[in-house]
Amino acid sequence: MSDLTRLTIAEARDALRKGETTSVALTEAYLSAIDGAGALNAFVHKTPEIALDQARAADARIAAGEAPALCGMPLGIKDLFCTKGVASQAASKILEGFRPEYESTVTQNLWDAGAVMLGKLNMDEFAMGSSNETSTYGNAVNPWRRGNEDTALTPGGSSGGSASAVAADLCMAATGTDTGGSIRQPAAFTGIVGIKPTYGRCSRWGIVAFASSLDQAGPMTKTVRDAAIMLGAMSGHDPKDSTSADIPVPDFEAMLTGDIRGKTIGIPKEYRMEGMPAEIEKLWADGSAMLKDAGAEIVEISLPHTKYALPAYYVIAPAEASSNLARYDGVRYGHRAKLGQGDGIVQMYEKTRAEGFGKEVQRRVMIGTYVLSAGFYDAYYNRARKVRALIKRDFDEVFAGGVDAILTPATPSAAFGLGEMADADPVAMYLNDVFTVTVNLAGLPGISVPAGLDAQGLPLGLQLIGQPWGEGDLLNTAHVLERAAGFVSKPAKWW
Amino acid sequence: MSIDIDTARRVAHLARIAVQEDDLPALAQELSGILTFMEQLNEVDVTGIEPMTGVTPMRLKRRADVVTDGEMQDRILANAPDAREGFFAVPKVVE
Repeated sequence: MSDLTRLTIAEARDALRKGETTSVALTEAYLSAIDGAGALNAFVHKTPEIALDQARAADARIAAGEAPALCGMPLGIKDLFCTKGVASQAASKILEGFRPEYESTVTQNLWDAGAVMLGKLNMDEFAMGSSNETSTYGNAVNPWRRGNEDTALTPGGSSGGSASAVAADLCMAATGTDTGGSIRQPAAFTGIVGIKPTYGRCSRWGIVAFASSLDQAGPMTKTVRDAAIMLGAMSGHDPKDSTSADIPVPDFEAMLTGDIRGKTIGIPKEYRMEGMPAEIEKLWADGSAMLKDAGAEIVEISLPHTKYALPAYYVIAPAEASSNLARYDGVRYGHRAKLGQGDGIVQMYEKTRAEGFGKEVQRRVMIGTYVLSAGFYDAYYNRARKVRALIKRDFDEVFAGGVDAILTPATPSAAFGLGEMADADPVAMYLNDVFTVTVNLAGLPGISVPAGLDAQGLPLGLQLIGQPWGEGDLLNTAHVLERAAGFVSKPAKWW
Repeated sequence: MSIDIDTARRVAHLARIAVQEDDLPALAQELSGILTFMEQLNEVDVTGIEPMTGVTPMRLKRRADVVTDGEMQDRILANAPDAREGFFAVPKVVE
């Protein structure tokens, strides 16, 4: 077969079952693609021996005729997932040299389903960033370029390595995690599909924690069908995560009927931001027309507290991060600073954390520390949690009113240049999450679907937001949108 | 609400992050900028609203209070920057 790296999971599954190719052949094709793509800096730890061992085992399982859908599929794993015996450092210097003695539940679920690990993927440090520029490994690079320019563009963040790798055909699909948009924004910037499931659908055990009440893992794939297949394998109840939901995981792929007649799609008027580029407005209107053509009813809805989602998020997420990141103290794992004569344990903590954490992580830990400190807890943290309750109530009311899914743009712009935001205020970078962050605050499932190209030839995505635990329906609506948009463009290979 | 240099120094210490004295003014300014952005939350009427603790109305699972693992000292110490005689080693804490 030609060009194995262009196959989707669904296509590869059929080819493997028919004996037209093998997992070993697929894996070798990807390993060689990865070796030729150093310029993208997507894979930061390669695991070819593990990959080939898993591929051989998968081929044996396929030959025995009892293989699950994901069996034999070569995947990339975001560096945030702990993988046993393989470097897992959340793209931070402070976890340099850390090799977990255990495997995260989500990756274990993938290996149990027969998937193959090609290696670990670049990301923003501790998943804090929207451009993959805060990584200790350096920037991941978007395989897409503006027209004929050679400006290096961001693949988005924080799952930037995952997005770049999937878009450049360096893996069949990848895991991502999403705390404020970290799956959906990079998916939109690179023309791929990314779904953040309902909070509690995927176990967080073994995933380096950023903001525990917001973090969720999800798949980043080439098609909606692949997202349905991979999400099914990642999901499920886990006694090791007390917030993981003990409810059945439906067959998401079987729910892709392509029929959305009679569904109601809400268009939230508060997402029509001032200064929104005309291209994004048009994309959004086109998406709405496509769903209408497919038989859905389009209604305008109101989510009145939308404007306050970003400030609430930037109180809650740093507060939780400051608490979660307290464990990096130079005692149990990772980096410890060299101490001077007479330095005590406090100097050890302070020097270790100053050396080990990058600028953005330090900033967020300090903001979190401040909003949780005596005298400010009520004014900032508790107020933000009350606003969060109101944001969730906005969604509850819309869904109770009969809306099945909500359509919004995924991002306020196409991918920007690496370094272009270097002198901007940190808050300007935070605005990247303006359309995605509400979904995390309310714990809802959200998916980004590639829907078009901008005037410079860069991909743009639309976001669909679904009801809690309604990933099946959401994926089906996304499948209809994907088919209607007919997005098939791939970046021209320059790397 | 703006953060002055003394507050920045105090927050850095509370967060156990060493910040050079020269870097404090810039840090104070950055943190103030972010806090100004958060001030928007004061526009919202939150009277009678309970602070949200979890997104899903679900009772946390409980399990039997029994020992489920242990006996893995080597594995727990395997990643320590300094482990001696079966313990994590740190600078002297008690005089």
